[in-house]
This record gives sequence, structure tokens and C-alpha cells, in this order.
Amino acid sequence: MIKKFDKKDEEAGSGSNPFQHLEKSAVLQEARIFNETPINPRRCLHILTKIIYLLNQGEHFGTTEATEAFFAMTRLFQSNDQTLRRMCYLTIKEMANISEDVIIVTSSLTKDMTGKEDVYRGPAIRALCRITDTTMLQAIERYMKQAIVDKVPSVSSSALVSSLHMVKMSYDVVKRWVNEAQEAASSDNIMVQVGMVLVWLFICPPSCFSFIYPCLYHVMFPMHLQYHALGLLYHLRKNDRLAVTKMLNKFTKSGLKSPFAYCMLIRIASKLLEETEGGHDSPLFDFIESCLRNKHEMVVYEAASAIVHMPNCTARELAPAVSVLQLFCSSPKAALRYAAVRTLNKVAMKHPSAVTACNLDLENLITDSNRSIATLAITTLLKTGSESSVDRLMKQISSFVSEISDEFKVVVVQAISALCQKYPRKHSVMMNFLSNMLRDDGGFEYKRAIVDCIISIIEENPESKETGLAHLCEFIEDCEHTVLATKILHLLGKEGPRTPSPSKYIRFIFNRVVLESEAVRAAAVSALAKFGAQNDDLLPSVLVLMQRCMMDSDDEVRDRATFYMNVLQQKQKALNAAYIFNGLSVSVPGLEKSLHQYTLEPSEKPFDMKTVPLATAPITEQKTEIAPVATSKLPEKPAPSRQDIYQEQLAGIPEFQSLGPLFKSSEPVQLTEAETEYVVRCIKHTFATHMVFQFDCTNTLNDQLLQRVLVQMEPSEAYEVVHHVPAPSLPYNQPGSSYTLVRLPDDDPTAVSCTFSCTMKYLVRDCDPNTGEPDDDGYDDEYVLEDLEVTVADHIQKVLKPNFGAAWEEVGDEFEKEETFALASVRTLEEAVNNIVSFLGMQPCERSDKVPENKNSHVLFLAGMNLPDIYFILKGSE
Amino acid sequence: MDSGALEPSLYTVKAVFILDNDGNRLLSKYYDPDLYPSMKEQKNFEKNVFNKTHKADNEIAFLEGMTIVYKSSIDLFFYVVGSAQENELMLMAVLNCLFESLSQILRKNVERRCLLDNLDGVFLVVDEIIDGGVILESDPQQVVEKVNYRADDNPLSEQSVAQVIKNALAFTKALSLIHMHTIYHTLKLFKIL
Repeated sequence: MIKKFDKKDEEAGSGSNPFQHLEKSAVLQEARIFNETPINPRRCLHILTKIIYLLNQGEHFGTTEATEAFFAMTRLFQSNDQTLRRMCYLTIKEMANISEDVIIVTSSLTKDMTGKEDVYRGPAIRALCRITDTTMLQAIERYMKQAIVDKVPSVSSSALVSSLHMVKMSYDVVKRWVNEAQEAASSDNIMVQVGMVLVWLFICPPSCFSFIYPCLYHVMFPMHLQYHALGLLYHLRKNDRLAVTKMLNKFTKSGLKSPFAYCMLIRIASKLLEETEGGHDSPLFDFIESCLRNKHEMVVYEAASAIVHMPNCTARELAPAVSVLQLFCSSPKAALRYAAVRTLNKVAMKHPSAVTACNLDLENLITDSNRSIATLAITTLLKTGSESSVDRLMKQISSFVSEISDEFKVVVVQAISALCQKYPRKHSVMMNFLSNMLRDDGGFEYKRAIVDCIISIIEENPESKETGLAHLCEFIEDCEHTVLATKILHLLGKEGPRTPSPSKYIRFIFNRVVLESEAVRAAAVSALAKFGAQNDDLLPSVLVLMQRCMMDSDDEVRDRATFYMNVLQQKQKALNAAYIFNGLSVSVPGLEKSLHQYTLEPSEKPFDMKTVPLATAPITEQKTEIAPVATSKLPEKPAPSRQDIYQEQLAGIPEFQSLGPLFKSSEPVQLTEAETEYVVRCIKHTFATHMVFQFDCTNTLNDQLLQRVLVQMEPSEAYEVVHHVPAPSLPYNQPGSSYTLVRLPDDDPTAVSCTFSCTMKYLVRDCDPNTGEPDDDGYDDEYVLEDLEVTVADHIQKVLKPNFGAAWEEVGDEFEKEETFALASVRTLEEAVNNIVSFLGMQPCERSDKVPENKNSHVLFLAGMNLPDIYFILKGSE
Repeated sequence: MDSGALEPSLYTVKAVFILDNDGNRLLSKYYDPDLYPSMKEQKNFEKNVFNKTHKADNEIAFLEGMTIVYKSSIDLFFYVVGSAQENELMLMAVLNCLFESLSQILRKNVERRCLLDNLDGVFLVVDEIIDGGVILESDPQQVVEKVNYRADDNPLSEQSVAQVIKNALAFTKALSLIHMHTIYHTLKLFKIL
């Protein structure tokens, strides 16, 4: 017997790792023995292992050398050594992307996948699908269909999983295998085989039993076949809700063998429940609940987690899920305890009272040796416990906060943030804790979570503003993250001037100018300017500091300082408001685009901001709308907005090119029920004198092809329908858009709102559901949609004015108009505020949309922009 | 640790890797092309995971937004990685299957040297358990049967050679002692040994 590893390897001084000092070139040299006859399986196997090991270590193989090795390897298919063949499959998979002409092995692999040796068949299918591209797929389609329904479960599973991988590459081809997948999933097939094997058992002598037993085992426990079939079927049908529902019904009734398949089924069911907003009395919910009594912990946990994640779950529906999670809390398995407490933590966010029953179990987990579990337990308790236990838990957590990973520190900070909203009186304890955490070491995400938390505390509790700002000032003294430093400087500029003693922040800000990088220095200069603009007594000293900044080595800092210096010296409130507090209210990508356009069409006129707001202002909407949701703590990217994309799409249609820049695009409005034959939603695009209605239509019938689809609109007011742009063709499940152009009435500027009755008209051609081949002739048909309304909000663009007071002053008294409206139908102030905001579609400023409790008057600041370039600002009080 | 239910999908496993007790990669597979696409990012991630997990055998950790289940044996560390929302028990099932299967083909010698000596079998085991991130099989018995791989029956493996030499030495020592001392002394010596 040849020793597994040659002497050479042992002597290479590689210690106990025979692979440590492998040279790629040496290995490729060795690969030449693949060409020797007879093949030496042992040595070849070892070389293949080395090649795969090198690839695994990230060694780079050039295309030529990889191709050479690959072609040499193909010769090894002549050997019948099982392990060697299997390693060949692995090499093919590993090299599929680096070697050329890998399809050379297609015939060898198809031979193996249809051959007699079951051991080869599954792996051969997986390797084959790895090297198959769209052009080759047709050629192997027949074999794949056969393999999916093969009686050997491992072959069938391999075929199903490989098909799933190929869906990404070629959905249309794989879709044709749905029937085979269905057959594989149904248990009849399996039962027949069980019967056959039992017959074999009876007629064979006992000596054959050792041969039969593995077969029996295969047939009786094809654990994952259904799981894989289910996964593929769902993936192919997920857009067809009816088919998914049918599939669910079938599987939930027949029962499954694999716990994985149950988990998959639970996920599909809960997704369907969420989409259909089905009530919790539906059979799907019953199914999920029944899984709480499954014998596999995996399934029980999946079901509990699905229930917990459902929106609008009542405490009663949660109770059984919570009680199984409670049981898991005392499991000896760390993973199960972790899973349970992680999920309970999630429950506690929305339904703290539902978790109180588990408090005792959670207390026991505080001392868990797995710190992740302990942290989750404490943060859960912080959410469910009473105000009195907060101090004790905070002390406990600070004892090991340094031991846990950054991810969990973020969880702790989030828990504190939630706590502050719940118990505002505790903010001083929290603030202390946070400032201590801020001083510790930690990564960027962690620091940002703390800073965000402190900022939200400051915004919620005015009395904590000064301590909070003081902590943040201390933090930026030694802060390595530019983003956080600029964020804090911006906040200081916004909040600092309005505190009782603004002068103390100046020192912190100016220190930044002296010590930091360019970006931070520039932010510091902007912050300084805001102090100068709002505090007259500080103005002279700010001007002196600005003077120094004008000598800065960086262009941006110098420019900012010069600009602010000049503005401040004018000592005019209106200038200050326009150029220092409220700055530019256009978004950066929008401005970039219009500037680019300007450079493309050189003109005599200078670039005027006033001429572009119509082009750029719509984009600000995107930003301001994100702002309230910014709690998701994602960095706002200056990516092109939704509106930008629409603008580009509309500009591509010749009929709409003369309309001018897009002013505003509305959110999509559904014009059909979600589960009808055709799904239509409408987006309203407002232009200066026209409106374009974009109808996004989806045809959910797979036996129909719709052509020349347009939407007929009947206006109730003096709106005039000018033009239709039909969608040329709507094949099954591929959304298309049809447009209708409407002219706004110009004689009556008050006629802003209008109701349109809509009808979709189209030509139907029946077609074959499988091939999508349509019949030659079709017939006209129509489909009535729901009415579409145009309201005031469609004509108004939101504008964010960070400093509302200054903007109000800037407009001046002569444009002020006062009127009193009585809102009879609303009962609470909060309701009134919400209604006004959504009716007018304007931007609430300075958080004035939040109504403090127990007040009977409230001032709401709204800012917006109307079509003909008029800003208007509304100050309402009740 | 964002909430949100999982999109129903078979792609459960994001990555699987085996490290030695210095944190060096012995085998690793990444199944999600968006997750750590470059080798450098992968090795950084492995280093980070290893540093956070090799001291305490805690079974489960949450790092860089990933749920990681792990297990160690002598001088080896096995890791299975899934998304933050993934069912932890599914990942555990994969980890257990990997460990049990390897334990069987390596004849319970789940240690670095033995693993490297049978690396081809190890590659095949991983290939049978996970295919492109989809769990193919979770029963170690089935995996071992499909891989059909036996570790070498090599009586003179490094460890056993040492054992044989040690025994031989002890035997000659004992023989010489018989000549020099009484049987009583020999027995006493054995007692001390």
C-alpha cells in the first residue's frame, strides 16, 4: 500500500500540517501523473486534495494553468475508484469559474447521473448543474426532469436543489419542471417504494438482508426530499398566491417527515398570512399554532418565532408561544436558550406585559456563562420590569458590559433608548450610564448607537438637554469617527444657541477647528456661524474666530468661513435665516444632476438656483419623508431618489417631454383588490400644467396575454384628458405601465381636487399556460377599476425648514393671511394635527406634529411649496 | 439584530468553516456571494470569530450581524454561520451533523492531524451536508453512507508509533530489572509506575 503522504511532504518541515507549505506550481507539476497509465488512484486523489486545499486557501489560479489541470483531471474519469471520482466532481465544482471550457465534462457527468451507481448520481447532478449555462440547459432538461422524479431520494434531492440554484439563471426553463417537483413532493411515490421493498424483504433469503436494509432506510426516511421539493415549488410559485395557498393546504393536511420542511412551511404560511392580512382565525394560523406541539424543538421554536413576529398579535394569541419559549429558557442547550431569549426580547419590544410571566426564568439567565444570553436576558428584563428594578439591572449590566461584543452593546443601548421613552424620569441614570459607555472603547456602530440614543433623549426631555450636550462635547474632544463628530457639531449648532449659556459650547467647537481633519473643521465653522447668527452678544467673538478660520489650509473650510463672515457682517435677520439656519433645501443628487445638465448646454445666463427648484425640489420630499423613519438608523445615502427614477422614465416617453420638470410623484394607490385577475396601482405625477397618471398593471392569469392596455379616465371636474400611452403587451406576471395625460384646468385655480372613474381597456389573447404561446386572434375587453382621487396634497411639495421661526420672519407680514377654520369632526388635538398634515401634504417643522399630552392648544408649523413656485408656510393653532 | 420575519427560502447556511487552534483556516466554504466576497474579508471574519469564541465554549455567538454556532474538539474549531434571523436550531442541526459525520469517518479522532490526513473525506462530507447553502442532509448516518469513505487503517500512525516505542522501552527496562533485582523490587517498581 502506498503511504498516504509521501516522504517528501513529511520532510518539508511543515510540522503536523502536510499542506502548510504547498507550492502551487509544484502541485500543478505533480498533476502530470494524471496522464500516466495505469492511473494510480491513491496518488491522484492526494493531488486533487492538494488542489482543492489550495483553492480553499485563496490561492489564485491563472486561467491557463487551471484549464490545463482541469483537462488533465478529466482523464481520471477512466478510473473506477469511488472516492477519486467524487473528488473529481468536487474539483469540477471548484474550478467551474476559473477554468475554460468546463462543459467538456458534460457527457461524462450525464453518463454518471443516469448510470447504475447510485453513489455517483447525486453528486454528478450537482456538479453538472454547476457548469451548465443557459445555452446548455435545454440539452440536459430531459435528464433533470427524470432525476427529479427518480426513486432514489438522494438523486431526487440533488436534482431539486440544483434546480433551485438554476432558477436564478433561467427561471423560464426551470418553471417547466414544476410538475416533476410536485410529483417528488407527493408522498404516493414514496409509499409505492416502501411497498416494493417490503415485498423484497419477504421473498429474499435472510442473507440478503444486509443489502436490503440500506434500501429500506433510504425509502423510509427520505427526510429532506419533501423539504427540497417544497423549497423549489415555493420559489417557482411565490408570485402566484392562489397556487401557494393550495400547496400549503395540501402539505399541512398530509403532514411531513422532515422538521426542516415544517420550518419552511411555517415561514410560507406566516408570509402568506402577512400578505393577505388574514385574520388569526384562518386555518393557516391554526396550522402554525399546532406546530407549537410538534415533537421537534426546531419546529416548535420556528412556530413560536413566527407567531411573535406577526403584526397585530393579541396577548392571548401570544401566550402559548411565550410559554414554550419560557420552557426553552431552562434548556441545557445554549443555542436553544439563546434562541428563546432572543425571541422573548423581541416580544418585549411590543408586548412587555406578555413576557412578565417569564421574568423569573430571565432572572436566572442573567448569570449565564454565555454573555450573549445574559445580555439579552437583562435587556428583556429592562423592558418588562418595573421602574424600581431599573437601577439594579443597570448595575448588573455595567459589571460585564466590557466583556460582551459590540453587537450586544448596541442591543443594550437600544434597550436603554426604549427605557428612556418609557420612564422619562430615569433619564439622569441613563445619561450617566451612556456617558460611561461613550468613554469605553468600541467600534463605530456602537458609538453611533450611543450618540443616537443621547440625541433622542435630548429631544424627548428638554431638561436633559444641557447634560446631554455636555457629554457629547466631551466625546468629540476625543472622537476618531468623522461622521459622529460632524453630526454632533451640527446638533450643537442647532441646539446650542438656544440654551441659557451658549458661550460655553464655543470653546468645544473652536477646539475642533484647531485639531481635527478637514471635514470636521468645516462642520465646526458652520456650527460657529449659527451661534453668531442667533446670539448678538456672541457675534463679535464669533467674527474674530471666523477671521482665523479664513486662514485655514483647506479650501472648503476657508470658503465656508469667508461666506459666513460676509453674511454675518450684514447683520440682517432675513439673510441669516436663508443662508445660515435653513441652508439649501434641495437634495444633493438633484442639484448635481441639474448642474450637470447646465454644463451640457452652455448658456449665457448664469446658473440660477431659482430656476431649478422645480427640477430639484421634488427630490427634497424624498429626504424629508425619510426623516421621520430615520430611527431605523441606516445612513442616508445620496442615491438617486424614487422621484429621479420616475423623472427619467417619463422623460423617455416622447409625449411627455414638453411637460417640463416633474414637480411631485405620489405614493402608489391600489386601484384593485390585491387578489384579482389584474392588479393595478396608480402613481400620480404632477407637472406645472398637467398631471400624468402612471398605471402599473400586472396580469396574474397565466392563460392570457393582454395587449394595448390603456386606462380610460372620466373626470368629475374640468380636467381634460389629453392623451393615452397604452402598454403594448402584458404577458403573465410581468408588470407593465400605461400612462394617461391630463391637463389641469387653468381658468379655475381653486379646482384642485377631482375624482376620476377609471376603466381598463385591452385586447385579450388566450395562450397556453405552459409555453406562453398566444392564440392568433383576440377580443376586446374592459375591467372597471376603483375611483382615483386627486387632492390638495398632490399639488403641494413638502419643504423642510429646520428653523421655522427664521423662515417665518423671512416671508414677512405683508404675505400673511389669517383665517379660522373649525374642525368639527375631530375630537382630539392629535387627531386634528394628523388630519391636517395628511390633508395638506405639507412638512411639519420643529417636531410640531407631536402634541404634548394634556394640552388644549397647540401650534403646528407646516412648510410646503405650491406649483407656481410659491413657498407658503402655515402656522396653525387651536 | 433587526426584527422581521424570514423570507421563506432553503438558503439557510451562509458559511461553514473549520479552523485549527491557532485560528488558521483548514476548510471554509462561503455560500452567499454577497457575504464577504473577497478572501481578505473572509479571513478577517474568521479571525474575528475565532478571537471571540476560542476561549469559552459557548456554543453560540452573534458577530458582525451573523448568528454563529460552533463546537470545538481537541485542536479543531467547527463553525456554521447563518443570518441574524435564522432558526438557530437549524444551524445547530447542521453543525451536529458535520461533527458526527466527521467523527465517524475519522474514527473518533477528531483532531487536526487526523483531519488533515483525511482531508478528501472531509471535503466530501461537507459537500454532502450543504450544497450552495441549502441543507442537503442532516443525518450523519446518511452522510457517512453516501460519502462511503473510511479513514486509513494505518497501524503506524504517528501516535501509535510513539506508543509502540514507549512500550518496548518499558519492557526492556523491566527485563534488565529482573536481572538486577528481586521480583519483589520489580513489583514495587510496577506499583510506582
